[in-house]
Amino acid sequence: MGEAIVITSGKGGVGKTTTTANLGAALAQAGRKVALVDADIGLRNLDVVMGLENRIVYDLVDVVEGFAKLKNALIKDKRFENLYLLPAAQTRDKTAVSPEQMAELVGRLKDEFDYVLVDSPAGIEQGFRNAVAGADKALVVATPEVSSVRDADRIIGLLEAQEKHKPSLIINRIRPNMVRRGDMMDIDDMIEILAIELLGVVPEDETIVVSTNRGEPAVLNPQSRAGEAYRNITRRLMGEDVPLFKLEEESGFLGRIRKLMGLRG
Amino acid sequence: MFDLLARVFGREESSKTVAKERLRLVLVHDRTSLSPETLEHLKDDLIRVISEYLEIDDHGFRVDVARQDDSMALVANIPVKWVKRPAP
Repeated sequence: MGEAIVITSGKGGVGKTTTTANLGAALAQAGRKVALVDADIGLRNLDVVMGLENRIVYDLVDVVEGFAKLKNALIKDKRFENLYLLPAAQTRDKTAVSPEQMAELVGRLKDEFDYVLVDSPAGIEQGFRNAVAGADKALVVATPEVSSVRDADRIIGLLEAQEKHKPSLIINRIRPNMVRRGDMMDIDDMIEILAIELLGVVPEDETIVVSTNRGEPAVLNPQSRAGEAYRNITRRLMGEDVPLFKLEEESGFLGRIRKLMGLRG
Repeated sequence: MFDLLARVFGREESSKTVAKERLRLVLVHDRTSLSPETLEHLKDDLIRVISEYLEIDDHGFRVDVARQDDSMALVANIPVKWVKRPAP
């Protein structure tokens, strides 16, 4: 019996889909059997982020309505031993599926897979309720911005009201330089406000744009700092004790000088 | 550079501090579903009641709603100037 994890945020554009794709890919790299579920019916994107958009035959709504078998709708990602995607329908809307149907579907996937990662749509309406319906655990993605933290707070409130597992936080797109200047909220500021457990921190990284352009998750690129952060988060998800990503780590001459002088952070 | 200098000399708050302060206020409303107006009433009432016993500094008065595990806590920070002597 596997574990179902929903990736959610409230606000759109903070990196839910990128996070889902990278955690899924890293879990598969680590030898786990993984199903990715795109719960954003009507606005699917996990397929393009994964580079699997040309291989869709059936989708989640086809399975729920009984037009397709689950195993025929799952797209195998050939780059990995054990990674599958269940795409969302593009021509339907959130009301095509009920939370009960989603819970049943995720339950069936849990029988087959070690991890079922559900990419939630933005918002707090039915799409969100569908996405969390079958989940055992929730990851909340937030960027260090007022709007994102506010929405994350709302989502955390809703998740806690449902008595799900206590959600944990992924801080995305943090910029160490701006944090150092006092122009961006720091990890501690966000934890203090949101009062939930921190699972990991992903730095702002241009390689994410490149990997999304190509449809190749950043964890496949050993040079990507975001990819490295996602690999660390994945290890924590699997129960390993991995120290937090060191934002202060600086390269170059100035960085070394700062380090020598103890002027970090 | 000017920004930095202004900050060093304490003329301008860092934008992060502004962000935190704004979030703090907006989350009080979000978490309690109290309107800013209702919250002002709550604050005024608190000040009125507490002033009967203590001399307080209303400018430093802050009301916050914090999340603690799975419940909410109303946290008021009330700077006290001095304790009023009971009337003889």
